[in-house]
Amino acid sequence: MSGDWSADAHSLFKQHDIRQVAYVPDAGLSGIIKASLADNDMQTVPLTTEEEGIAVAAGAWLGGQKCAVLMQSSGVGNTINMIASLTTTCAFPLFMIVTMRGDYGESNPWQMPMGRAVQPVLEAVGVRCLRADTTEAAAEAIQAGLMMSFHGGEAVAVLIGQKLIGAKAFSAPAAQDATGVQS
Amino acid sequence: MSKNKLFRRDVVKKLMTVRGDALCISGLGSPTWDLAAVDHRPENFYIWGGMGGAAPTGLGLALAQPDRAVWVLTGDGEQLMGVGSFSTIALQQPKNLAILVLDNEHYGETGMQAAPTGRGTDLAAMAAGAGIRNSMTVGDEAGLDELLALLKQGRFPLVAVIKIDITTGETVMPPRDGKFVKNTFRSAVLGPDKALYPR
Repeated sequence: MSGDWSADAHSLFKQHDIRQVAYVPDAGLSGIIKASLADNDMQTVPLTTEEEGIAVAAGAWLGGQKCAVLMQSSGVGNTINMIASLTTTCAFPLFMIVTMRGDYGESNPWQMPMGRAVQPVLEAVGVRCLRADTTEAAAEAIQAGLMMSFHGGEAVAVLIGQKLIGAKAFSAPAAQDATGVQS
Repeated sequence: MSKNKLFRRDVVKKLMTVRGDALCISGLGSPTWDLAAVDHRPENFYIWGGMGGAAPTGLGLALAQPDRAVWVLTGDGEQLMGVGSFSTIALQQPKNLAILVLDNEHYGETGMQAAPTGRGTDLAAMAAGAGIRNSMTVGDEAGLDELLALLKQGRFPLVAVIKIDITTGETVMPPRDGKFVKNTFRSAVLGPDKALYPR
């Protein structure tokens, strides 16, 4: 499922000398998070909310390091003012990997509105979105995004679609509704 | 309210006497004017927005520059908006990061509306609860002297909530061009070559 693109992401992080990895966990990110935690050259920074990651990345750049910020798509909603005010105003490079919910095959209606909003709101605050739905496309987009952010000076989000990471199942055979009836 | 609260500009002046070569990040509003008025230098990163982001910006910087002390100078409202960052910082336990909160118990930039810090919310207790052991509230000159000693010793990570009067100092504005402030800061810390030609 998500194993291959996560390994590619970690080796690209190494090539690009990513020294800090700030994240709010998501199932789709677990592979990269695990690889970052196991890597002594990377400082992993778990966050209480995604907007902290935008500020941590700015601080890392002020101190001469590159930081990648990882989050689920719902967390994008928490980052908007920090990106608009801090990243965009100061032209900080920003590299984010966003694993999608409310996307291809989603069955939880509570995820749908933010899933639709991710790309337009990021673009509204100046973030370029690179969409990836296959393992190959993910590695290409991560490589491209790392170049565009840390060399091109842009804010970039790689959006990893549910076609690649899979949709979370809420209607599996074992799931029951509130009345205890098997769905 | 006590009549003898500390005056913010005097507090910042006193803090800066033991700054040494610490890097400084200021949160939006009065802390930025205070820092510009008292100790303007290239190693200051003045934030004019991004409310809640001063402390996590300081964390990213502290992790990138482990051999330099990093001070975040901010206000109670700004810190409350990013209060989860206490937990994020506690997890890292950076040995070079101090968060100095100038707490006037009000939202000063928006018309002095009352803030929760004047009505029972204890920011130092929140920092301690998050896991930052050196967390304290400072309310007078003696407390400020103790804080200066801790800053000089580098007992980090540290959170100090300094209770101050609502009186503000003269507004002294640093450059407002964020790109300029960023590049100035990076040039001072990294050297101009590394700052302008990152690899």
